[in-house]
Amino acid sequence: MAIDAATVRKAARLARLSVPDERLEPLARELTGIISWIEQLGEVDVEGVEPMTSAVKVKLPMREDVVTEGGDPAKVLANAPLTRDNFFVVPKVVE
Amino acid sequence: MGELTSLTLKAAVEGLKSKRFSSLELTQAHVQAIEAARGLNAFVLETPDKALDMAKAADARIASGEAGPLEGAPLGVKDLFCTEGVRTTACSKILGDFKPTYESSVTANLWRDGAVMLGKLNLDEFAMGSSNETSAFGPVSNPWRAEGSNQTLTPGGSSGGSAAAVAADLCLGATGTDTGGSIRQPAAFTGTVGIKPTYGRCSRWGIVAFASSLDQAGPIAKTVEDAAILLKSMSGHDPKDSTSLPVDVPDFPSFVGMSVKGLRIGVPKEYSAPGMPAEIQALWDQGVEWLKEAGCEIVPVSLPHTKYALPTYYIVAPAEASSNLARYDGMRYGLRAEGKTLTEVYENTRAQGFGEEVQRRILIGAYVLSAGYYDAYYLKAQKVRRRIADDFAQAFETVDALLTPATPSSAFALGAKDTMDPVTMYLNDVFTVTANLAGLPAMALPAGLDSQGLPLGLQLIGRPLEEGTLFSVAGALEKAADFKAKPRVWWRG
Repeated sequence: MAIDAATVRKAARLARLSVPDERLEPLARELTGIISWIEQLGEVDVEGVEPMTSAVKVKLPMREDVVTEGGDPAKVLANAPLTRDNFFVVPKVVE
Repeated sequence: MGELTSLTLKAAVEGLKSKRFSSLELTQAHVQAIEAARGLNAFVLETPDKALDMAKAADARIASGEAGPLEGAPLGVKDLFCTEGVRTTACSKILGDFKPTYESSVTANLWRDGAVMLGKLNLDEFAMGSSNETSAFGPVSNPWRAEGSNQTLTPGGSSGGSAAAVAADLCLGATGTDTGGSIRQPAAFTGTVGIKPTYGRCSRWGIVAFASSLDQAGPIAKTVEDAAILLKSMSGHDPKDSTSLPVDVPDFPSFVGMSVKGLRIGVPKEYSAPGMPAEIQALWDQGVEWLKEAGCEIVPVSLPHTKYALPTYYIVAPAEASSNLARYDGMRYGLRAEGKTLTEVYENTRAQGFGEEVQRRILIGAYVLSAGYYDAYYLKAQKVRRRIADDFAQAFETVDALLTPATPSSAFALGAKDTMDPVTMYLNDVFTVTANLAGLPAMALPAGLDSQGLPLGLQLIGRPLEEGTLFSVAGALEKAADFKAKPRVWWRG
């Protein structure tokens, strides 16, 4: 399937990536190349096949619903671009 | 001190235990070797002070008889493993000067066993690449060069720094990670040994995530036995990773040297790709002969869905990556770019922080997961993935392990990527990616040199949790191949 610039723009929006206009067409061509190559999977008969979700069969383990770690805001904030009084400072979300 | 860096991990640990030299001497020798090899760009962060402190502590434990299995052995760590208080970047600008406040489980296991950290090793950005050229720190140079040539070659990727550092004797061994071949392809390109264990053998906790259902940690080492020693330390159940398998860790080194007489080794006909270089076919044939001589029975097998593995991978891996990399939003750590609105801050941060290949894969992932396409691409790929895994399960009903080439070529030139389209680049992983999709243990080891004098590797693929069999077969191949070649030293500056 050919991917056009509008589809690239939509995927970029979903992925929160700003893509300059002049990059849309080249990216569309690259992604078309990759997706066309991927489309050979259409040849495979997967009738009745369950999708694989994990490589080795294991039951998802459950643990006690208790606090195991926490209470250390300095550690949590140690790498933040901007903090104040033990909070992350982020751009204004609500106008 | 040159001879100290040329020791194998096993010989070094024995030398330390018998006090022929100290960890401080051994570590200093490696620190000097690293400083002299900066031209390779294998390390993105050297931690000599930490290394020397750890070495002194190791010497004290050796003196008091409390030595662990890796006591005093200096290792390198791929910069995808979080190391407490030590910058961890995944070789991406988006992580900036990120200093984790915690230690990955795999590296914690190594330090528990007495290993010494020399520093952090270069990789393709977020482990996405097969040539180490997508790193924000620039490419790594392969210590190997073709005979009579000064052209710089890639060490492969994504664990290119790990493989180059081991090949150039800058560390006794290194950690790697493998999502589609990122341990085995660089090992093959540098004449080193690399193993990706069974999915779930090593904890993924504290490793920067790429594609969670495929990512596995493993070692890159100088010998099969060294790889077994390292994997034994790195492995083990970890409650902090829900996909970590609650199984005991076998004594992997004890499998090296065991007889392989009577083992049935499968040779999958689909790995004979059209256009495969004659040298690769000859190497594979030679591997078959060596195993026959060691008493193995060779069995032709068929893995009919092999050709669909790469296209499947290029749906599953980008889809999981686009989801995993959503966390890099500039709010809690790493780079934050300017923007007029919150959305603009996100979009600018991610556009400035991620490199070209990472953005390409995030876009593919966002596309194949988007409304209307999920069933056609992602769900379909997960079904084909089961077909690929079933092929292996069927083959393993009659054989104990599979023998294949590790890569379709020897190391290629740095810069070759620029003239390739992305799909051609992806084809590098054609022999390795199947084991990730099926979650199987797989190992690359050097088996010879090509006509240009560059190393070529063979690959072994095993049943789930049967790394031990791989170590036995690899041990037999290593003995038969007697690969002793080392790269000519050109990088000391």
